[in-house]
Amino acid sequence: MSSPLLELSHISLSFKGVKAITDISFAVNEGEICALIGPNGAGKSSLLNVINGVYQPDIGDIIYAGTRLRRMQPHAAARRGIARTFQNIALFKGMSVLDNVLTGRNLKVRGSWLEQALHIGRAPGDEVIQRKRAEEIIDFLRIQPWRNSIVGTLPYGLQKRVELARALAAEPRLLLLDEPMAGMNHEEKADMSRFILDTQREFGTTIVLIEHDIGVVMNLSDHVVVLDYGKKIGDGTPQEVRENPDVIAAYLGTSH
Amino acid sequence: MLYRESGQFISDYRADRRLFRLWQERAGFYLLLVFAFAVVPFIANDYWFSAILVPFLVLSLAGLGLNLLTGYAGQLSLGSAAFMAVGAFAAYNFHLRIEGLPFLLSFILGGVAAAGVGILFGLPSLRIKGFYLLVSTLAAQFFVQWVLTSVGWFSNNNASGVITAPPLLIWGRDFSSPAGRYLLTLAVVVALALLARNIVRSELGRHWMAVRDMDTAAAVIGIPILKTKLLAFAISSFFLGVAGALWAFTYLGTVEPHGFDLTRSFQILFIIIIGGMGSILGNFLGAAFIVLLPILLSNLSGTVLAGLIDPGQLENLQKIIFGGLIVFFLIKEPFGLARLWQNFRERSRIWPLRY
Repeated sequence: MSSPLLELSHISLSFKGVKAITDISFAVNEGEICALIGPNGAGKSSLLNVINGVYQPDIGDIIYAGTRLRRMQPHAAARRGIARTFQNIALFKGMSVLDNVLTGRNLKVRGSWLEQALHIGRAPGDEVIQRKRAEEIIDFLRIQPWRNSIVGTLPYGLQKRVELARALAAEPRLLLLDEPMAGMNHEEKADMSRFILDTQREFGTTIVLIEHDIGVVMNLSDHVVVLDYGKKIGDGTPQEVRENPDVIAAYLGTSH
Repeated sequence: MLYRESGQFISDYRADRRLFRLWQERAGFYLLLVFAFAVVPFIANDYWFSAILVPFLVLSLAGLGLNLLTGYAGQLSLGSAAFMAVGAFAAYNFHLRIEGLPFLLSFILGGVAAAGVGILFGLPSLRIKGFYLLVSTLAAQFFVQWVLTSVGWFSNNNASGVITAPPLLIWGRDFSSPAGRYLLTLAVVVALALLARNIVRSELGRHWMAVRDMDTAAAVIGIPILKTKLLAFAISSFFLGVAGALWAFTYLGTVEPHGFDLTRSFQILFIIIIGGMGSILGNFLGAAFIVLLPILLSNLSGTVLAGLIDPGQLENLQKIIFGGLIVFFLIKEPFGLARLWQNFRERSRIWPLRY
């Protein structure tokens, strides 16, 4: 087993006294797919937001790639190789698919704004390099036919795929997916699962995802973390989690 | 049939990123340039140059400046005329106080001064958005006008704060004739419009649009929001500043701070609303609408209604019709004239078929 890429230790987060996350610790190994599951309001999205610095935890540390981080800012997280998608798609709706994917590469761009504006120096060559990489991601996720479509006009399932493309364009080391399959039909879920597995295998990306479809989670992930009311109630392989009595209680209820 | 890409194979990314991708676009653009530079100077008369073409071009450039800020970067502003005023007065002072400064350089320095002021008044955009930002840019509008009126130094201590254009000498040639002023304006506007077209398709342009469409997501993927917004204000103000200098030097000849009042800011805002947000071409269409339509209306009503209504009423009537037409256009095409052109282009791709 490889060493953990991401380790959360004793993370707690509250919003004006309402506890969202209480003392959560777990580790995600390099190259694995880790699923966060739990009922609505269990704190899954909040946890993702803590990992990439949208929320600051009240207490606890994040150890990412061997560095202990107390607070993380979103752009700092991006620079360290953490990319993410959002539960309700956060694409740039007025821009084309290609432009959206290219924005994902913004941290790789060489050349100052002046060089870009005047189309001199490093800018012209760099644009071609970025375009090439963006096209590779577009090919990978098979969205070539919509390359020049305005994102706001595309159907929901495709937008989800474009958002994954934008995240992948950043060449992330850690990819956070917040309900990548929400609202999809069976075929779309199968496609998206395929893309997630391919991402892990081709790029070696470590993936943390939130998903409600237990069937998908069990098939897709190497590691499952179960949350309920902001607390961790299960952590292990899909098989272990499936047999954990606390998890069964949270999901199915117990007779008291 | 008329406008289609079939048969034009693009085999590398560099070719795909040209400013005008199809030969139809390139041919159209070059023809337009040849017409504007080589044909118009011979067929237009002085009235056309001074009263129609030059203000049309300058207002197009001003619209372009505001469109970069509002249409592309999503930051509302009502301070456009203030940045124009800074550009005009700065260019005047640079030219006046630095001996032997090339004329075009004073325009550029005027733009740079406007960019500086733009950054200053763009700072609130880091904390406030939308209509609140719009109101804070009003501060620029009133503050700049007040400073230029009350500090005599800016107008070289002219009693009424008026600045007068120096002779338009570039490389020993005099551009002071109406045709010369037209050509000078045209050259500057074409160069800056091409620059703008390049900016909006570059990485910087994508940052602007990302901030416009969803700034939280832009921050998460690593786009520096602060720098992006301030650059939008700076570059937009640079364009507006150069437009202001042109307004003072090649259009009016003499100008006072009140020439750049709130009405002018509104005029520029209307240009981009009518022309189309997030479009380069739209600014030219919008400016043409704003400049030409009133002239057309006054000529029409002058001939059709002459003698029927008294001239004072006629002028009010024109304003009413003008306003009505704006409302009509926006209901018919809320995305502006640029969208009409886009629709036409889409249609002509498949013409004579319907779909």
